[in-house]
Amino acid sequence: MANAHKASASPPFWRDERVLKLLAQVIFGAAVLFFGNMLFGNMVNGLRQQGTTLGLSFLQNTSGFDLAETLNSYTRSSAYWQAFMAGLYNTLLVSAVGILFATILGVILGVARLSSNVLVRFLATAYLELMRNLSLLVFLIFWYLGVFLKLPLVREAITWPGNVLLTNRGIAIPWGLPTETWPTFKLFLIAGLVLAIALILYFRWQGKRTGKSPLAIVWAPLAFLAVAVAGWLLQPSAPLSLDLPAVQGLNIRGGRIFTPEFMALVSGLVLYTAAFIGEVVRAGIQAVSKGQVEASRALGLSSFQTLRLVVFPQALQVIIPPLTSQYLNLTKNSSLAIAVGYPDLFYVSNTILNQSGRAVEMITLVMLTYLFFSLVTSVFMNWYNARARLVER
Amino acid sequence: MTKKLYPIFGLLLATAVLLAACGGGAAPAAGNGEPAAATEAPAAAPAEVVFTTPSGYGVTLEAVRARGHLICGANSQVPGFGYVDADGNFSGVDVDYCRALAAAVFGDANAVEFRPVTAAERFTALQSGEIDVLSRNTTWSTLRDTELGGNFVHTTFYDGQGLMVREDSGITTLEDLDGGTICVQTGTTTELNLADVFAAAGVSYTPAVFEDADGTFAAYAEERCDAVTTDKSGLISRRTVLADPNAHIILDVTMSKEPLGPMVRHGDDQWFDIAQWTVFALISAEEFGITSANVASMSGSANPEVLRLLGHEGELGAALGLSSDWAYNIISQVGNYEEVYNRSLGPDTPTYIPRGLNSLYTEGGLLYAPPFR
Repeated sequence: MANAHKASASPPFWRDERVLKLLAQVIFGAAVLFFGNMLFGNMVNGLRQQGTTLGLSFLQNTSGFDLAETLNSYTRSSAYWQAFMAGLYNTLLVSAVGILFATILGVILGVARLSSNVLVRFLATAYLELMRNLSLLVFLIFWYLGVFLKLPLVREAITWPGNVLLTNRGIAIPWGLPTETWPTFKLFLIAGLVLAIALILYFRWQGKRTGKSPLAIVWAPLAFLAVAVAGWLLQPSAPLSLDLPAVQGLNIRGGRIFTPEFMALVSGLVLYTAAFIGEVVRAGIQAVSKGQVEASRALGLSSFQTLRLVVFPQALQVIIPPLTSQYLNLTKNSSLAIAVGYPDLFYVSNTILNQSGRAVEMITLVMLTYLFFSLVTSVFMNWYNARARLVER
Repeated sequence: MTKKLYPIFGLLLATAVLLAACGGGAAPAAGNGEPAAATEAPAAAPAEVVFTTPSGYGVTLEAVRARGHLICGANSQVPGFGYVDADGNFSGVDVDYCRALAAAVFGDANAVEFRPVTAAERFTALQSGEIDVLSRNTTWSTLRDTELGGNFVHTTFYDGQGLMVREDSGITTLEDLDGGTICVQTGTTTELNLADVFAAAGVSYTPAVFEDADGTFAAYAEERCDAVTTDKSGLISRRTVLADPNAHIILDVTMSKEPLGPMVRHGDDQWFDIAQWTVFALISAEEFGITSANVASMSGSANPEVLRLLGHEGELGAALGLSSDWAYNIISQVGNYEEVYNRSLGPDTPTYIPRGLNSLYTEGGLLYAPPFR
């Protein structure tokens, strides 16, 4: 009743701003739906005229092609969807490795840009300017054709100390081969991890309660290492046997081989993205007011302590949002793998598209997959950002 | 911050619902007002089909004529088949086929635009109507002839997949390649044959797969791989552009049958016929000894089939929807099969390939055209 009374005082609905706004939204939504429906109908109609229909059942068919490197047990007799997953895993691998190294290099670059040492500052600036003004595709092809394929032939392989082989078929490093005691050892590793996390949580709780606690960053890894070493020694035989790479026949056998395609893609993505991350980090550090640094120096903190305890925590909240988009950029840029022949998600999907002729389905799948990963990364980084934000008092 | 993402999720969800609704919604929608018009069309079409020609019949020729030139999907990277030189001129047997088709349709072998397409995008380009005909050393296979929405016309070049290695590698058989790396181009039957043949032979290998022929052979030149595989004709032609052609040998291994020929879209039988009989005209002209040099004097031929082919007798051109001198134009402007072959793959060219299977049936080959009558 109170509402009715109030309504009589407000303008009629066709002049009510709230109603009009809502109406505009509804009309816009309807228009989008209408045109979307029209386009989709048009596509389905076109496909029908060609005698093909939409559907994902073809993903069950045998793929028939081999992939150069896979993380799952894909072979030529696997289904298309397994090929798709193999590509997906490769994309995740490249993105994860790329993000890790790009972050490390980026932070170093960002700090170096602000260094009081002129040479360091100049080198960092020159590097940034070079990278930011290069095309990533050109850069990737440079790394592939200009660097990794120019390494010596297999029969003339360079051997670095520690049995690292450098050839134009890939860079091979010694690797552990799981033996029969590996499954038990894996349990030790998990136990070590649980212990380490428990220690971190305990120290944090204690720190909050008493204001004093041992450094978790030192003790947690030590605890993990202790459990791992114990697990290794308690076994009747070592859980991993050393597998040394060696030239045999036409190729390198044994060890872990990083192919030129993988190396070129990761190097290109890391060196390129690190430049942008460096700028993000520099901006974040400069956003922290000078008084904070001066105050901490006045308190007697060393320059490293100032950076770690005063500058970084405050810079983080400026850094994280643009850093997120750099991570997303790296992940999306990894689709340039096709230029250097690394079988990532887009590359494999392209092959499936060609062999099956299912263009609409495959492109849609690829787009949804990249969208999904971008959204997941954003959600995670936003959550982290909310956590890392300073609590204003 | 997270809340900002809700509208995006909402939009995705709405799209998903919409897609789902559209997917299965065609038939039940008939009861509604507006969508009914849309559903009527496909229902009415099959009824017409029984009495007249299919809906797509003749549309391609009409569109090509209206445009004034033919658009041909060609290769630009394989000398002898489809190659573009430094001046932007296309040459090769696949390219000459398109010129012949243009001569048949317009009476002008130059009324053709060549559009370079990669192995990966060629079928989409044909399906979407971006090109009128695909003449790009494409292998005839079941799925391509059906699901990919295209029809292959008569084969213009019989080929087989081979392997090229460096001579100093000492590799002479398939088994010698055990554990080796093999460069191959993506989106090709070659890629599938490679997997099939090596699996059948029990020889292990690692593929190094690239997007286009240039990338594949660049990697081979850098010794990224021990061997490179594609159709033998492709190997011979690409060998000519390697730094030292004589340092490479083509193994005496034939991994597959590769009938290469032009492809047109499903649904337009008239265009298919024109494309098909253009090939037959080239082959028959060689069989009857008609060349670009003597075609003008053939009007006095004693062979009625020659007269029919050249349009001096009968109305074969009209049956195809073309002018009566369509084949005359092909032969006078482009030549017969032998002339086309020798221009790009003959003994005087760097890409010389012996005729072999690509000889007339009278000379032990596979070229055999149906009668012109």
